[in-house]
Amino acid sequence: MRFIDEYHNAELGKRLIDKIHRNSTRQARLMEFCGGHTVAIFKHGIRQLLPTTVEMLSGPGCPVCVTANEDLDKTIALSRLPDVIITTFGDLLRVPSSYSSLQQERAEGNDIRIVYSTLEALDIARANPERPVIFIGIGFETTAPTIAASILQAEQENMKNYYILSLHKLTPPVIKALLDSGETIINGIVCPGHVSAIIGSNPWEFIPAEYNIACAVSGFEPLDILLCISMLIEQTESEQPKLEVAYRRIVRPEGNQQAIKLMEKVFEPCPAIWRGIGSLTNSGLKLKEEYQAFDASQVFNVSPEKSREPAGCLCGDILRGVKVPLDCKLFKTACTPEHPVGPCMVSSEGTCSAYYHYRGEDE
Amino acid sequence: MCLAVPGLVKSISGHEAEVEIGGITYRASVWLTPEVKVGDYVLLHTGYAISVIDKEEALETLKLLREIAAI
Repeated sequence: MRFIDEYHNAELGKRLIDKIHRNSTRQARLMEFCGGHTVAIFKHGIRQLLPTTVEMLSGPGCPVCVTANEDLDKTIALSRLPDVIITTFGDLLRVPSSYSSLQQERAEGNDIRIVYSTLEALDIARANPERPVIFIGIGFETTAPTIAASILQAEQENMKNYYILSLHKLTPPVIKALLDSGETIINGIVCPGHVSAIIGSNPWEFIPAEYNIACAVSGFEPLDILLCISMLIEQTESEQPKLEVAYRRIVRPEGNQQAIKLMEKVFEPCPAIWRGIGSLTNSGLKLKEEYQAFDASQVFNVSPEKSREPAGCLCGDILRGVKVPLDCKLFKTACTPEHPVGPCMVSSEGTCSAYYHYRGEDE
Repeated sequence: MCLAVPGLVKSISGHEAEVEIGGITYRASVWLTPEVKVGDYVLLHTGYAISVIDKEEALETLKLLREIAAI
């Protein structure tokens, strides 16, 4: 058992799809919050296999995509400081900010390095004790504990040149904001599996309890997703929304307590700006006062130019599930993976990128 | 970005572990999963094990899937 192949069984998949077809009688709009789910759903052709009564909407669950231009501009400004080494996950490199991108800055000679984890960023800081090493902390609750661990490690080693620019965001507040806005009809939510590995399934209780909306946490293999959709359809058909977990091998009700403990030791909630959504209270994470020595936004004084948005880009509306990439005039014309205008086309899990790579012309 | 993959824990030394994914061994941190043992499967995200995979629950889900398929 390797916990992947078992969840790719085509025969079981067919039966689950049959079950969804049998059970679905009324229109159901289901939002997959997570960009990883969007990609998996496209990649396995799940949209085409579902009955016409079931509509899948992509949500704002792509950390790179929801990062506001004014925050991206800060990363550019930091990369221009003398001697600084910027370390970042690869996804961020090509994302256009107001006037540049980290990739462009790198081409112009600034020291920007892609790392696979903060373990590598720490290695770079150890190898360059005379130079400030800034890690761009982007990600949801899945990633934030790993950044917290790196800060605690740097503290233990008394490192004086390791910093974080914390652009972390929290997922329950943005789902709440989407549901409060009422901009689009949502009958069920496919809750993020790896965020829930950390925070647990309990934080999603508010979705059925306060909004009377179906809700199930899903894994990322095709059978995980089909099981989740099948659960959501049973809930919408019976009009009995509840919290279910289709990813129990990973997600516990209380989450990963050690990860939550480390995250809470280092970070505290703060307001955060979400692309297309705006500022939401307590939806971001900033370093606590006692860890300010590691906080790039406190230690380095940068004042980027006033940020601006690319003309005609619909990423904001797409992230809210109000528009789809096909509504955007730039999609596949001015905006392509080679020449992206907005972040949803850059990130491997961005909705526009998923539409571009997996969606056939005939649909 | 929340991409995470299962891997088999081969050895543990303090917070560091060797985790095998598809025949390749990676260095990983197990700071976030103190309960982990050699021989466990963990979910690896950006170099950190973020969850120890629950084998019992994995089997339960497969059983549930087969039950649905049998209907």
